[in-house]
Amino acid sequence: MTVIAKESLIGKRVAKLDAPEKASGRTRYVHDLDLPGQLHARILRSSRVHARIVSIDTSRARALPGVHAVLTAADVPWQRPLGVGRDQLPLKGDRVRSLRDEIAAVAAETVEIAEAALRLVDVVYEDLPPLTDVRAALAPGAPVIHEGRPPTKGAERPDAASHPNVAMTFDYAQGDVAAGEAASDVVVDGWFRLHYVTHCCMGVSGMIAQFDATGNLTLHSNTQVPFLHKREFAEILGIDPGRIRIIQPPIGGGFGSKLDIYPFEPICVFLAKATGRPVKLVFTREEEFLASPTRQPVLLRLTSGARRDGTLTFRVCETLHDNGAYTSWGATTPFVMMQTISSLYRVPHVRYHTTAAYTNNPYAGSFRGYGNLQATFAVEQQMDELAEKLGIDPLAFRLRNAQDPGEVTPQGMHFRTCGLKECLATAAGASGFLAKHAAARAAQRAPGRVKRGVGMASMLHVGGGAKIYPSDGCGTILKIDDFAHVTLITGASEIGQGSETVLAQLVCEELGVPLDAITVVNNDTDITPWDVGVHASRTTFIGGNSAIGAARKAKAKILAAAARSAGCAEAELDLRGGHIVRAASGEAVTTLAKLLRSLHFSDRAELVMTTHYYEPPSRHQDAAYKGDVSAAYAWATQVVEVEVDTDTGVVRLVKVTGAHDVGRVLNRLGIEGQIEGGIVMGQGYALTEDLVVDHGVVRNPAFRDYKLVTAPEIPAMDVHFIETMDGEGPQGAKGVGEAPAICMAAATANAIANATGVRLRELPFTPEKVYRALRSAAG
Amino acid sequence: MSLTREIGFVLNGVRTRATVPVAMSALDMLREVVGLTGTKYACGEGECGACTIVVDGRSLCSCLLFAVDCDGRELTTIEGAERDPLGARLEQAFVDCGAVQCGFCTPGMVMQAQHWLQAHPGASRDAILRAIEGNLCRCTGYVKIVDAIERVAREAP
Ligand code: FES
Ligand code: FES
Repeated sequence: MTVIAKESLIGKRVAKLDAPEKASGRTRYVHDLDLPGQLHARILRSSRVHARIVSIDTSRARALPGVHAVLTAADVPWQRPLGVGRDQLPLKGDRVRSLRDEIAAVAAETVEIAEAALRLVDVVYEDLPPLTDVRAALAPGAPVIHEGRPPTKGAERPDAASHPNVAMTFDYAQGDVAAGEAASDVVVDGWFRLHYVTHCCMGVSGMIAQFDATGNLTLHSNTQVPFLHKREFAEILGIDPGRIRIIQPPIGGGFGSKLDIYPFEPICVFLAKATGRPVKLVFTREEEFLASPTRQPVLLRLTSGARRDGTLTFRVCETLHDNGAYTSWGATTPFVMMQTISSLYRVPHVRYHTTAAYTNNPYAGSFRGYGNLQATFAVEQQMDELAEKLGIDPLAFRLRNAQDPGEVTPQGMHFRTCGLKECLATAAGASGFLAKHAAARAAQRAPGRVKRGVGMASMLHVGGGAKIYPSDGCGTILKIDDFAHVTLITGASEIGQGSETVLAQLVCEELGVPLDAITVVNNDTDITPWDVGVHASRTTFIGGNSAIGAARKAKAKILAAAARSAGCAEAELDLRGGHIVRAASGEAVTTLAKLLRSLHFSDRAELVMTTHYYEPPSRHQDAAYKGDVSAAYAWATQVVEVEVDTDTGVVRLVKVTGAHDVGRVLNRLGIEGQIEGGIVMGQGYALTEDLVVDHGVVRNPAFRDYKLVTAPEIPAMDVHFIETMDGEGPQGAKGVGEAPAICMAAATANAIANATGVRLRELPFTPEKVYRALRSAAG
Repeated sequence: MSLTREIGFVLNGVRTRATVPVAMSALDMLREVVGLTGTKYACGEGECGACTIVVDGRSLCSCLLFAVDCDGRELTTIEGAERDPLGARLEQAFVDCGAVQCGFCTPGMVMQAQHWLQAHPGASRDAILRAIEGNLCRCTGYVKIVDAIERVAREAP
C-alpha cells in the first residue's frame, strides 16, 4: 500500500516557471520577433512644443528606394481619437500640442531606410504660444490647448471647470470640515510638489501588426490589458472587435505603462493596412523617454488637524495636475489619492479637490501605485508634523489613528482584514524605530557632518482588484489530458511579476499535482478567456480565485468518477501527488492519469475540462466617489534609515524595514522580489529619478542623465510579512504589486527631517535640493 | 546602401563569417545578421548593460562595439554562456534565487557576472554589487540578482 503525504507549495520559495528561458536568453520579446515579409516603421514627431502645421510634404520620402508607405493624417481621414480622454488622433494633421506629437510614419525595408525617409519629410510649422506651466494654464486669457472641449469629469466647481484648459475635476467630501477645524488643537498646512518620473521598462515599447487575407488583424503587443484593447482598437480603427487578435509576447516590464493605447499602436496598424505586410515598430530608448507616459506630476496642498489627545480631526486637500497635452490614466489618479486622504487613517472630516489642466507638456499614464505615492508623500509627512506639534511619538500617533479590521470608512471602503497596526508595530520594532528616532532628534544640532535619521510611512492600497470597469473579473479554462498534465488557460497577463507561477501553484494545491504537470497559456485573446487586465495589483487575487474555481470544478468531477469506480463516497477521497487517495489515510487508490484515461476511454467517454469566471464582490463608486471598490485592501509600513551629508546634500539610504499585510504569502521568492523591486523603485522616486521637462522639452532622455538606482546604492532590506488571511483572497492572499513603492518617498522625507530638522516637500531629494534646503534653514 | 565588410570571428565556440555594414554595432550584428536575440537593446549608448557580451575574455557593451571590430576575435553571448560550467551555474542560480522578473536585463547580468567571477572567484557581496553597477534592472531591486551571483561565488567550482 502506497501512502501519499499531503504536500503544499503555498508559502514556499518557488522558482518562476519562465525563469529558465529568460536566464538562458531564449525568451523572445516583441523586439526579438520577425514575421515573414515584415517591414519596419518609424514615426516623425513634432519639433515644436505648440504649433499649427501649415504643410507636410512627403514626396521626397515616398521616392526613397525601399520605402513602402509614408502616412500622414491626410492619408487616414477615417482615423478616430484614442486614449482615456479620446482627445487626440494617432496622426496629427493641423496642429501639434507637444513635442511627442506624431506627424508622419514610414514603413520601409529596414529601420535605416525608414529613418532616412523621416528626414526627407518637410513640415512647415507656424508656432503658437506654448503653455508649459500648469498654474499659467488656468490663468484668464491663457492660450487654449483644446478648443471646444468640455472637461471629462463633472463640473461641480463651475469656476474651475469653466476654464477651457480644465481637462478633469474631482471633488470628494465627507463629514463637516468646518466642525473638524473647530475641534482641532493643532493644524499643519503645506504645499508639496511631486515631479515627473517615467517607467523605464528595460524593454522599450514595440508592436507588430499584421492583417491576414480576409482582413483579420493580429497584433503582437506589449499591452497589459489585451481584452480592453481589443475593443478600443476596434473603435479607433472602425473594425469589428471580433476580427482583432492580440498576442502578448513576454513583456520587458510594464509597471502600468501599457494600460492605455498610445498613438504608435494604431499608426503601426495603419502602416500594415497600407502596405499589406506585417509592420514592426520598436522605439529607441530616447523615444521611450520622450514619447511614453510619465507618472502624474502633482502640486498638492494639504491641511491636517488633530486634537490634543492625538486623534485626527480633518483633512483638506487641493491638487493641481499638469494634464499635459492629452488625457491618459495619469489624469484619473485622484481616484486613488482621495482614498489615502480619507481612509489611510481614521479621519472624520475631509474635503478633496483636483483640477487637471491641459498644457503643452508630456502627459502622464498609470504607474505602479497610481497616485498613491503622491498622496502618501503629503499625508505621511503631516502625520509626523502633527505628532511633533502634539509632542507624541510618530508611532503612537499613527497607532492612535490606525484603522482596524471590520471598519467601514466614511468613503465606503470595508476593511474585512486590516493589518495596519501589526505593520506599524512590526516595522517599528524590527528597526528599533523609537530609540533611533529619539536619538537622531537629540543629535540634530550636535556637531558632525553626517547626520543619521529614521522615518516611517504607511500605506493603504487596493488588494482585491478594483472595480473600475463594468467587470473586474477573470476567466479560466482548465483541461487535464490523459497523462494528468494540466493546461491552465487564463485571461491573466504575465508581465514579469510571476503571476503564471502563482496561478500554477494554486492549481497544484487543488489538484494535488506537481508544478511541472502544469502548462500556463496566458497570452492570446483568441485562446484565453476574458480578463480586465494586469493593473491595480489584482492578478494574484482575481486570476487566482478564477484558477481555483476552475480547478475545484475539475476536482469535483474527478472525485465523483473515482468514487463511482471505488464504490465509496466522494468525501472519502482526495487528490495528492498525482494520485487518487483515501482522504483519511493517504492510501493511493489509483493514479490520476489512469482514472482520467478510464473516463476518456469508456462508453461514456468524457474529458476533464472546466471553466470558471470569477467576479469579485466589490462595488463601483457612486457619483460622490463612495463605495467599496476592492474586495480586499493591502497595508504596509516602511521604516527608512538615512545618512545625510550636510556638506554635500547627499542622502544615502542605509536600511529599509518593511512590514506588509499581504493576506498570505503564496510564493515567498516571488513576493520578496516584488517588495525589493518596489522599494528600489520608490528609492529612485525619492532620490535619483527626475525627468526634466523644461518648457515642454524633455532635457534628459537617456539613462546617462535620468538616474535609475544602481546596485551599489540599494539599502539593506528587512521585509516582514503580516498574514491576515483574507477571507475572499485565494488561499487568503491579497494583492501586493504596487504596495512596496508607495511609502518610500514619504518615509525618506521623514527620515531626512529626523536627521536634520529640515522638512523637504519637493521631490526628488537630489544633493543640490537638500544642500540648498539645509543652507537656507541654517540662515 | 552602406559600405559592407566581411569579417570572421569565433562565436560561442563556432567559427563564423558575416557580412556587415561598417557602421553596424556588434549588438545589431548579433541580433539581425547572426540571428541570436538573447543579447538585448535597452539604450544603445553603454548605459544599461543589457547588451553585455564577452569579447576575448572581457565584458563589453555590444551596442558600443562596431561589428567590424569583432573581426578575428572570440565572442561569447548568453546563448553560449551555458557551455561554460560557470555560466551554467549562474543561469541556474538566477532561476533558483528569484533573480529573474521580466528577464530583460537578465542575459546582460549573467554575462557580466560570468566575466566577473572568472576573474574574481569568491568575490564578496560588496564587490558583486559594484561589479554589476553598469547593469540596470528595473524589476528586482538587485537583491536577488546579487544573491544568485553570491551563491555561485560561494560554491566550490
Ligand atoms: S544597450 Fe548597450 S548598454 Fe544599453
Ligand atoms: S528583471 Fe526586469 S529589468 Fe531586470
